[in-house]
Amino acid sequence: MSAGAKKRIMKEYGECMAETPAGMKINFDEQNMTKWEVLMDGPDGSVYAGGHFKLEIIFPNEYPFKPPVVSFRTKIYHPNVSNDDKGSMCLGLLRPDEWKPPNKVVAVLRLIQSLMVEPNIDDAIEPSIANEYKENRKEFEKNAKDWVKRYAK
Amino acid sequence: MDSDDDFNSSQASGDDFLDDQDSDLGLEDDSDFDMDQDDVGFESQDKDMGPRKQAYEVDFKVFDPQQIQGSQDRQIDEVSSILGQPPEATAILLRHLRWNKERLIDRYMDNQEEILESAGLGETAANNPPKISKVAGFVCDICCEDDPSLDTFAMKCGHRFCVECYRQYLYTKIKEEGEAARIRCPGDGCNRIVDSKSLDLLVAEELRDRYHELLTRTYVDDKDNLRWCPAPNCVYAVECGVKNKDLMQIVPTVHCECSHDFCFGCSLNDHQPAPCALVKMWLKKCEDDSETANWISANTKECPKCNSTIEKNGGCNHMTCRKCRHEFCWMCMGVWSEHGTSWYNCNRFEEKSGSEARDAQAKSRMSLERYLHYYNRYANHEQSAKLDKDIYLKTEKKMQQLQNTTGMSWIEVQYLDTASQALQQCRQTLKWTYAFAYYLARNNLTEIFEDNQKDLEMAVENLSEMFEKPVDQLQGLKVDMMDKTSYCTKRRVILLNDTAENLKLGNWEFNVKFS
Ligand SMILES: [Zn+2]
Ligand SMILES: [Zn+2]
Ligand SMILES: [Zn+2]
Ligand SMILES: [Zn+2]
Ligand SMILES: [Zn+2]
Ligand SMILES: [Zn+2]
Repeated sequence: MSAGAKKRIMKEYGECMAETPAGMKINFDEQNMTKWEVLMDGPDGSVYAGGHFKLEIIFPNEYPFKPPVVSFRTKIYHPNVSNDDKGSMCLGLLRPDEWKPPNKVVAVLRLIQSLMVEPNIDDAIEPSIANEYKENRKEFEKNAKDWVKRYAK
Repeated sequence: MDSDDDFNSSQASGDDFLDDQDSDLGLEDDSDFDMDQDDVGFESQDKDMGPRKQAYEVDFKVFDPQQIQGSQDRQIDEVSSILGQPPEATAILLRHLRWNKERLIDRYMDNQEEILESAGLGETAANNPPKISKVAGFVCDICCEDDPSLDTFAMKCGHRFCVECYRQYLYTKIKEEGEAARIRCPGDGCNRIVDSKSLDLLVAEELRDRYHELLTRTYVDDKDNLRWCPAPNCVYAVECGVKNKDLMQIVPTVHCECSHDFCFGCSLNDHQPAPCALVKMWLKKCEDDSETANWISANTKECPKCNSTIEKNGGCNHMTCRKCRHEFCWMCMGVWSEHGTSWYNCNRFEEKSGSEARDAQAKSRMSLERYLHYYNRYANHEQSAKLDKDIYLKTEKKMQQLQNTTGMSWIEVQYLDTASQALQQCRQTLKWTYAFAYYLARNNLTEIFEDNQKDLEMAVENLSEMFEKPVDQLQGLKVDMMDKTSYCTKRRVILLNDTAENLKLGNWEFNVKFS
């Protein structure tokens, strides 16, 4: 990774520290600054409220010309998070064709928070969960809350 | 211009397919940017040069990379002079509207500013060429550098970044993401397209070639009447006027200069007589049912008489058991002697009477049997084509040895090559007749089709069988083999003409709806 990229990540970390969005905590290791661990609270009023989710942010070598890679390390029942051991996300800003180099990680974190409040059904990675969200909201909420209890407490 | 009349009339004269469309590579006669004849590096497979076109053939033309680049440049120049925009801007506008020049001119005349804006060109780009500059107090929003000696760049939109970051951004887009015509400004949320002048200024020599290569690719990608030859490493593109909406009435097989035959509609290998949608559905079905059908295409079977194991090692379906000398058909396991007679029915699936299929289980068993009947034959021709080829290659080798010992000239074995190629082509056609037949609902035309299929199949088996003769006998069979080869080819033309004509007229009835 280039010196420029490192400088940029350091700067972003500084900005995140100065103004951490509510409900998250960032663990940063200067020895391994391309991998951040984020602890995110389920937003109040959402089905994930009361849960604590561990996320991993990996900065690729080409950062910031390529977007960071985000994955949920805590299992979450969500149309935009892959329902496997990877817990990967690939939408909006996180897509290479959408991401622009001036975009910042903090914008990614805000995007994830807003998706926990309202999933993006049109760009779902899990079509069956998206469908349930659309057709049978009660069942979706029950499942999502159930997973919070099981995995995110 | 897209009316159905245009399409139907093509039956009378094949030219109409091309007359109604914007033939940008210069096929039309009245074009004022016609391609010079000298530019054409090779003879196109034009109807003027070959024999009269068959009903199943379509008009097409093959282009090499220089010709593609040339026609692209010509079109840019032409539109550039109409719009009064410089070539760089015109190229962006054309790419922006996917090389639809009529639409571009219309929209430009309609609202110049709007189209320029949406193409990322904003106010006239004619003046003020792009330039690299140093700006006091500048901080690069990508790398966070703020050195006052930093070279910076911005397009008209004003999103300024250091040149290094700009370059890196373009490098990532071009080299790694293969983008060219629609690279947007790196600025957050900015949709302005990076024009070629800016690119030339910023991008290193080695990347510039790649960029222009990608631009040329988008020219072909964007045009409905152009398609890259899908053969690996092939650099040719093919122009053909058949449109997507026509694909239920025509199967547009084209032949690339590299000798690859493919379908202009879907880029798959030649699949005449089956229309693209049928092919797609069939391949999906075969994939879904692959487990049930797998055992079928296995290469060994038991002799129906003595049960000893028999391996198929040539393409021919006429099997003779080594142990008991029983002769039978590999496909239907019936006695071979019955295959030459008029009641030979190996290709047709006999529907059982309705009384047998009253319950659901019986019905599903019957539908599986029906599928397997056709799949079996489809897979067999695919497999046999490979075996035919193997045996031909072996034969060719032996013939060469024979030539060396007997002093036969090279030209005398050419007929083997011709026969082998005809065999491959006919098997490819036969293979798809079975997918076609699977979806065919019976009507008064079905029987003619099945007869044609049977005749071609018999012709193919007869020719295929000759390859299994001992090599030292082959030279004596030359005339016979040439006759059988031309008979195969003739049967193929008859079958394809019949299916193509009726497809064009909408006479086939299918038992499913193709989407
Ligand atoms: Zn920079
Ligand atoms: Zn911009
Ligand atoms: Zn080719
Ligand atoms: Zn096709
Ligand atoms: Zn036997
Ligand atoms: Zn048979």
